[in-house]
Amino acid sequence: MENRSPIQHLIARPEFGPLVLLVVEIAVFWSINHDFLSPQNISNTLAFTVELGLIALAMTLLMTSGEFDLSVGSLFGFSPVLMWTLFNSGLTSLEVGFVAALLIAAFIGLVNGWFVTQLKIPSFLVTLGMLLVVRGTALFVTDGFPQRTWSAEGSWLAEVLVGDFFIGPFRIYMSLFWFIAAAIALGYVLTQSRTGNWIQAAGGNPSAARARGVNVSRVKIGLFVLSSVMASLAGVISSLRTSAANPNSGTGYELEVIAMVVIGGTALTGGRGTIIGTVLGILILRVMRNGIVLIGVPGLAYNIFIGAIILGMMALHSWLERRHQAGT
Amino acid sequence: MAEPLIRMQNIRKSYGRVQALEDANFHVNEREIVGLLGDNGAGKSTLIKVLSGAVPLTSGDIFIRGKKVSLRSTSDAIAQGIETIYQDSALVTQLSIARNLFLGREPIKPPRFLNRMDQDAMNTVARDLLKQVGISKNIPPTTPIGSLSGGERQAVAIARAMHFDSDLIILDEPTNNLGVAETQGVLSFVRNARDSGHSCIFIAHNIHHVFQVVDRIVVMRRGKVVADDIDPKKTSVAEVERIITGMSDKEIRDAIADGKPSH
Repeated sequence: MENRSPIQHLIARPEFGPLVLLVVEIAVFWSINHDFLSPQNISNTLAFTVELGLIALAMTLLMTSGEFDLSVGSLFGFSPVLMWTLFNSGLTSLEVGFVAALLIAAFIGLVNGWFVTQLKIPSFLVTLGMLLVVRGTALFVTDGFPQRTWSAEGSWLAEVLVGDFFIGPFRIYMSLFWFIAAAIALGYVLTQSRTGNWIQAAGGNPSAARARGVNVSRVKIGLFVLSSVMASLAGVISSLRTSAANPNSGTGYELEVIAMVVIGGTALTGGRGTIIGTVLGILILRVMRNGIVLIGVPGLAYNIFIGAIILGMMALHSWLERRHQAGT
Repeated sequence: MAEPLIRMQNIRKSYGRVQALEDANFHVNEREIVGLLGDNGAGKSTLIKVLSGAVPLTSGDIFIRGKKVSLRSTSDAIAQGIETIYQDSALVTQLSIARNLFLGREPIKPPRFLNRMDQDAMNTVARDLLKQVGISKNIPPTTPIGSLSGGERQAVAIARAMHFDSDLIILDEPTNNLGVAETQGVLSFVRNARDSGHSCIFIAHNIHHVFQVVDRIVVMRRGKVVADDIDPKKTSVAEVERIITGMSDKEIRDAIADGKPSH
């Protein structure tokens, strides 16, 4: 086991499969349509990628702790609706509305975590219920109509979150930097910090973790809060960038985000997670969505490819896992 | 007589109408390996769970070095120096040996607010501990527990208890499902632990394993401790088996007295 060459080490890493897939994907799309790597296409793809990506990063930690959150898509829609409703009604400034949206998201995460850890209800059921409550609230409050989104230009909040500028021909949004910062911070938490050790233990063997004095419930509740806040932040960023606040937006994102995380090599059953893998998983799915449209495959066929990728990657991860367990 | 390390007095534990422990009395001395034997349902597991803080007792007292303690949770028990190693040893298979050893007590590299584990220090200590507990193979401390054998996992759990200066290490069926060589390994880990100053409670279905390693044997039957001073050097396996399966108290006294002419 100790005598592996560096190349064997690289191949054995859970991120290796997704990396190869991403490279192949990009090469195939580019060879069919050279516009795929045009600055404009890259800029467009990145803008939305990081918004879903923020949710996927938090979901990686939550799934490593053995739970997942289906309510993220509904929060993605609800938070901007709440922020704009508060602002449009003249009750608050945009900034205060933003903070209120994040605080309410944190509270929703707290409720999710409390149901899961204290009432011992599986996170699937708790967050499914919360998805309906949050989405239902967004629809009820707005009568199902999009909110008036006064152009946020000039507001410092919009500048900080989604201000854009050009680097050469590339149009870069500030959200890309928030995504990179979040990826570095959460990657650090997961692999270097004491909290990361607790997150992995909470997912791998919660009773062992508890026996060592790790407060498993607190770890999980914290991660539910993180997941909700990140989904809320992503929703607000998306809303500011597109100047839209639709109560239906984010529908189905929860499953796309979970797919990104598991494709990257994080175990659905908990105990093992990788932020680098998730970043690759995010890129794989977004590049796929963008690429199949560019090469002329009907957009409606998108799900066929995504499903195939998930099945293929799961087979690869399970094979690697068995090799790993066998110590080869 | 010196106060024992652990003394459990008149311990009762009932689950509804089922009386799992009835006035059980039990003690462990310093630097002693006690073998706890009994048939299924005799109350050994319940007694151990009470002592490890996993289940609350209904009534009775627990003393550590003469001082009364209350063990409301497993972390209470660990804080009091009682470490329990269960059959499916309490390790996280996805984490490395070093990360398991320090789980919950990871050393932090300054500056503290970064909450960064000192992984070099963890690996160094883990390497030493593996040597100390007697693992002969050269296993890197970054190896995940999932790729270790059953005996090696027990060794890691014992090493952890030794490192954090647990006074009492409780081993629940540590030799179950292990091969002959691995079992001998675990028995020698237990001896090493005693020799470096720890006490152990050793529970195993295989009486022969118990006889090989313990200083004293305690037998439980129907929620009570029916014999607590059996010397394995002076008593035969057959006699202990008879006590486990149930003889009259007089017969037990006679059997023990026969084994120990000095009494």
